[in-house]
Amino acid sequence: MTIALSQFNEVRLDRVSRDFGALNALRDVSLTVQRGEFIALLGPSGCGKSTTLNCVAGLLPVTGGAIWLDKSRVDTLRPEERGFGMVFQNYALFPHLNVRQNIGFGLKMRGRPKAEIDRKVDEAISLVRLGGQENKLPGQLSGGQQQRVAIARAIVIEPPLVLMDEPLSNLDAKLRLEMRAEIRRIHNQLGATTIYVTHDQDEALSLADRIVVLKDGIVRQVGTPKELYDAPTHLDVADFMGFRNRLKGRVISHENGRVLLDVEGAQIGGMARERVSTGSSAYASIRPDDLVAGEPGPNALAVTVDTIEYRGREFVGTAHSKGGLDFVFRSHQEVAPGSPIHLRADDSRVLVFAEPVQGRA
Amino acid sequence: MDVLAPTPAVIAGPSLRQRLASRGFDAVTLLVVPAAIFSLVLFVYPFAFGFVLSFEPKAGGDWLANYRRFFSDPFLYETIAKTLWLAVPVTILNLLLAVPIAFRVRLMRRQRLLTTILVLPITLGTVLVAEGLLNYLGPQGWFNRTLMTVGLIDQPLKLVHNYWGVFASLVITGFPFTFLLTLSYVTGIDPALEQAGATLGANAWQRFRHIYLPLLMPGFAITFCLSFVQAFSVFPSAVLLGAPAGPTRVISIAAYQAAFEEYDYSMASAVAMIMGFVQLGIVVAVLASRGLFYRGPASGAKG
Repeated sequence: MTIALSQFNEVRLDRVSRDFGALNALRDVSLTVQRGEFIALLGPSGCGKSTTLNCVAGLLPVTGGAIWLDKSRVDTLRPEERGFGMVFQNYALFPHLNVRQNIGFGLKMRGRPKAEIDRKVDEAISLVRLGGQENKLPGQLSGGQQQRVAIARAIVIEPPLVLMDEPLSNLDAKLRLEMRAEIRRIHNQLGATTIYVTHDQDEALSLADRIVVLKDGIVRQVGTPKELYDAPTHLDVADFMGFRNRLKGRVISHENGRVLLDVEGAQIGGMARERVSTGSSAYASIRPDDLVAGEPGPNALAVTVDTIEYRGREFVGTAHSKGGLDFVFRSHQEVAPGSPIHLRADDSRVLVFAEPVQGRA
Repeated sequence: MDVLAPTPAVIAGPSLRQRLASRGFDAVTLLVVPAAIFSLVLFVYPFAFGFVLSFEPKAGGDWLANYRRFFSDPFLYETIAKTLWLAVPVTILNLLLAVPIAFRVRLMRRQRLLTTILVLPITLGTVLVAEGLLNYLGPQGWFNRTLMTVGLIDQPLKLVHNYWGVFASLVITGFPFTFLLTLSYVTGIDPALEQAGATLGANAWQRFRHIYLPLLMPGFAITFCLSFVQAFSVFPSAVLLGAPAGPTRVISIAAYQAAFEEYDYSMASAVAMIMGFVQLGIVVAVLASRGLFYRGPASGAKG
């Protein structure tokens, strides 16, 4: 293996901000990436994840804060001086250059000797398994192959940091799973350090060592996939981690992290994830998996089924309560749309968040 | 036992209309008719007429007499070189000016305002520009008077009624056209390609040289051809601003004189034919050179 990525210890974003006129696309984003880590930036569209990536790559100047590669400051450098490899959402392959020339572009710009370029390009081609396609133009390749060229082109320059901007969003579902595994394999094989932008929580959970959840330009939570999945600390993070049911209620009592909420007259128990006070508004977040159709009783709400979808192993249904709350639930039996049922959740599976203060966003 | 009903025999295939449509002829094709008639009446017929006429010399003689006269009289054949000597440098200069400006304008938010200002000369017409330049660049014009007042020159520079007067006028009237075409080609290139080039270590010049230029060459070739043809048929400014008997005796002047001073339509047609074939030669050569470059879509391949 002669493709050896540059060695360093950490990349540090220190209170990075980016404004577009009056709009704060990023606000004080701080993050330290250790060598060899796979970091996923996760969030809904418009949350600032691509902006963060472009700031790191140098394609967008930051308007506040600094970015450090170990002891050297890089946010003042032009993108061509940073030497980070980037994979673009639309791949941005040079349409007039063939696969070899696309992959060798970065080395050629650095004025490396031809023999070295040839050797490294060959190696990158075999790393991304594109043997036999070397002389094709990008327009003659399939989406997945173009993706491989884009990855090879970014890593062949031996960057300290590989940046990927939603690289799988243009692929069909099957290819997406395949390339996901490929990206992780290449990352491991090279010992690369990767920052990966995605809006797909499955992708983030399966690929990343650590996930950074962004919303409205602010980092909401940083943690391992398991931490975020099991213990989101913020309502938005919970939303993103599959807690699709969000029930607004009033706190009846709270004690030792257990909260009792009044939701439309029913009592729902849950675990507090934020500080709540008696009498205030709060949200109960519940995953569809944990909402089961059952008998009336504690922790149960009466709802009317709206739709029911067959998903192979089970059914996924939507329902609404008489107070207008919407629910997504799973069921092992088919229930007829329009029928009244009770949905209940174990209180250890219900997370309670304080109502976000307006203006803090 | 017989559960299968006999299949009815296929009597008729697709109708004539369906067969025509599958070959690309349908009702929409009829929309081409007015344009076809227009071009037949106003282009094909006059061209064919002139072509035939050029082989029927007014003074009699054999059918090539007009062409022989053109290529044996330096006063006539030198017009080709004189016209090329104006049209080619003007076109190249316009293209060289348009490219950097288009690259800058591409990034601007107030694009429309600037584009309007740059395109304004196209609406003025050649004669107005020529009149303006006569006043502005003439011996008593502001330009010379300013330079003399500042003390840079003692004698007024001779800028009109010669080669440079026509040159300036062709640059002014040709630039907007060249610029608009160039801008549309430049903005047609996916900005992500340049960003990708930057992250791969290419500096601004390398990005232009290795990414933009190869992708833009075919567009530049077309722009060159269209601007060149426009400059090659220069007439009003060559007369008004130039020296129509000397260095700016362009080929259209020769044709004009044959037609309206000698009343020799046959000779004029021959000059016009020669003019057409010179243009055609240059255009074909330039367009053929496009084959050397990549000509596919200029985006980052399919999305």
